[in-house]
Amino acid sequence: MSTEGTYYVPDQSKLPIFAATGMGVMAYGAASWVLEGGTATIFLFGSLIMAAVLYKWWSIVIDENMRGLASPQLKQSYVLGMLWFIFSEVMFFACFFGALFYVRVLVNSWIGGEAAVGWFDDTPTDAAAANAEHLWPGYEATWPPMITPDQAVNGDAAQFKGPDQAMNNPGIMGWVSWLPFWNTVVLLTSSFTVHVAHVALKDGNRKKFNTWLGITVLLGFIFLVLQVEEYIHAYQELGLTLESGIYGTTFFMLTGFHGMHVTLGTVMLLIQWLRGLKGHFSQDDQFGFEAASWYWHFVDVVWVGLFIFVYILT
Amino acid sequence: MAHGPATLADGWGKYISRWVFTTNHKDIGTLYLWFSFAMFIMGGAFAMIIRAELFQPGMQLIKPEFFNQMTTMHGLVMVFGAIMPAFVGLANWLIPMMIGAPDMALPRMNNLSFWILPFAFAILTSTLFMEGGGPNFGWTFYAPLSTTYAPDTVNYFIFGVHIMGASSIMGSINIIATVMNMRAPGMTYMKMPLFVWTWVITAFLLVAVMPVLAGAVTMMLMDINFGTSFFDAAGGGDPVLFQHIFWFFGHPEVYIIILPAFGVVSQIIPTFSRKPLFGYSSMVYATAAIAFLSFVVWAHHMFTVGMPIAGELYFMYATMLIAVPTGVKVFNWITTMYRGSLTFETPMLFSIAFVILFTFGGFTGMMLSIAAADMQYHDTYFVVAHFHYVMVAGAVFSGTAAVYYWLPKWCGRMYDETMGKVQFWIAFIGFNITFMPQHFLGLAGMPRRYADYGLQFADWNMVSSIGAFMYGGAQILFLFNVIRTIGWGKPTDDPQVWEGAEGLEWTVPTPAPYHTFATPPKVK
Repeated sequence: MSTEGTYYVPDQSKLPIFAATGMGVMAYGAASWVLEGGTATIFLFGSLIMAAVLYKWWSIVIDENMRGLASPQLKQSYVLGMLWFIFSEVMFFACFFGALFYVRVLVNSWIGGEAAVGWFDDTPTDAAAANAEHLWPGYEATWPPMITPDQAVNGDAAQFKGPDQAMNNPGIMGWVSWLPFWNTVVLLTSSFTVHVAHVALKDGNRKKFNTWLGITVLLGFIFLVLQVEEYIHAYQELGLTLESGIYGTTFFMLTGFHGMHVTLGTVMLLIQWLRGLKGHFSQDDQFGFEAASWYWHFVDVVWVGLFIFVYILT
Repeated sequence: MAHGPATLADGWGKYISRWVFTTNHKDIGTLYLWFSFAMFIMGGAFAMIIRAELFQPGMQLIKPEFFNQMTTMHGLVMVFGAIMPAFVGLANWLIPMMIGAPDMALPRMNNLSFWILPFAFAILTSTLFMEGGGPNFGWTFYAPLSTTYAPDTVNYFIFGVHIMGASSIMGSINIIATVMNMRAPGMTYMKMPLFVWTWVITAFLLVAVMPVLAGAVTMMLMDINFGTSFFDAAGGGDPVLFQHIFWFFGHPEVYIIILPAFGVVSQIIPTFSRKPLFGYSSMVYATAAIAFLSFVVWAHHMFTVGMPIAGELYFMYATMLIAVPTGVKVFNWITTMYRGSLTFETPMLFSIAFVILFTFGGFTGMMLSIAAADMQYHDTYFVVAHFHYVMVAGAVFSGTAAVYYWLPKWCGRMYDETMGKVQFWIAFIGFNITFMPQHFLGLAGMPRRYADYGLQFADWNMVSSIGAFMYGGAQILFLFNVIRTIGWGKPTDDPQVWEGAEGLEWTVPTPAPYHTFATPPKVK
């Protein structure tokens, strides 16, 4: 509830219309890029507009804050804005996790002619039985599916081919030499280091803040390098690609979107680190950093979900 | 923020930059409302093309391919371009005034949310002029129609939906932040006008489901262009997965459309009944209950798709539960009117029509929720009639009521009451002539989304088309009345405007100054 007498309402601003233009050009450009024979030119042009606008936009907001225009009430608006934005991101990932669960638990069994929820009723439905008999005879429901329904029916002529090997969990004893495990370690550690940085900043220990935030950014970067390494491994050695049926689809889309969010989070933290070096933030005013760190904790939690449902439970 | 808004007298340059660069919630609200009306006319024109083709059996005016594009674009434009932005416009205008805030919490982002929309809809409608034509797979864009069998232009549709979703999410975050953070001292949650309550719950729904829609179109994009198999059983996916994801978004979406309409009607009926709203707190809880239920009933749109019987039963019973909180609302509106000193100005007429016709649409919804019966109704004109009773007589009627109700406050001029009432009766009668016969057509077995039909459906289709042209005509009258009011209406400076109106927005001068509540009022 409002307690202050005034709330800073910015004067007219050119930022939004340029941002909207940037987004419009990006959307149009992306659509024409994915078409056959399309190029990325328009999309990149839109991205440039967008990058410039965002740089300018945040510079202005930081400047307003430093000039003391941001009342505690306005800062609360920013806090709410960030938290609800993160909530929308949670729902975006929920969509992809939901797709994974639906396919793994229900669809896969149904295509294989089995009853999906065995403890409730283990007789296959008529539709599932018809699947096994007419549509996809020979398909066996396993997870991950190494042979797609298409392959089970059409053999080598199939359009969708399963992977040669899956990202199998080697068992807890084998985790030491298992990349996803080390990715988990790196990301969980980074969540801890960003917290240490936060505490340091609140204590007014700027040197410690810079160091630990720097370490966090570095860990984020290491995670990304390891993830790229893992993708190369999957594509070149496991024959596991985006096109390897539903397993490749869900694997790469979930980890890929997570990777994109880690990239974004790393960039956010990097900018906060640079701002820290410039002397921004004080003991009681550090929202830019806090927002980035909440985002970072969020991508960390998503990874824990991925590690459990995409990597361990195979 | 000291100087007032530029007017045409300051020259075109300044006048245009006022609207393009504005951070003022009233300006942005106006932009939203005019944009949504433009989209309403465009979507309406598509509907007129559809009804003209269906006037008689056989193909007279357009090709079936174009007919498909028209049904698809009519749905998309009306839902995302007309109805949703109309209510966001009302939210922008009213929420800060209703809770005693100087503006929306994040004014620049507010402007961005609006200006994305013209770009999104320019991209979407431009596909109509491209090779292959616009989206032709229905507004629900089921896979594989929208993936394997879609025209190339589907990619424009996908990215258009993406940025439109970004606009909705930003707009909703802004509304949530405004309501949570900007209320005047003493304006506790349970003192907020119901319009604010319904909108904050709507905003929550939007933030929760727009990302899911983004996920759905992203999966389409990947399936179409990058060889994934989300919606292709050959690769181990499932086209039905699309329907689940779409309706997980889509069912909350229909409440996103109707909840603000509930809010509008809950403001208007007490005013013209000269009684406080009956059962305020039960209204709030009912709204929250409807919002919660909207997340757990989605598959009642998919009864014929081949779900296990347990799923059919669950979704049937869960859907029926919605009738309980909705019934609470309907009875509260009726009880508010009971023994009130009723007068029947145009906004009240539209609101009463809303209560009656929305309830009618709710009842056909109950019929559709019965899984066994839905096997017959599914994808027939019965469904079309059902959702137009709640979308048009529900959302659009309440939006019209809202414009008549608050227009004097916005521009300081009264609309022409006679013209308003004439519009109401043309709209009311035209609407029922259009959509009542569609129930009969649907029950007789006429499927939706077809460009042609059997001879036995000819009579009611002709009646329906005549009603549609009548209803369309009423909108021209509406536009005329609004423009006439803004330019030449009878000036008024009564802050109250309506005798029985209550709420902070009626305490500021009429017309509402450019900036209201720069210092928050005290609410007792």
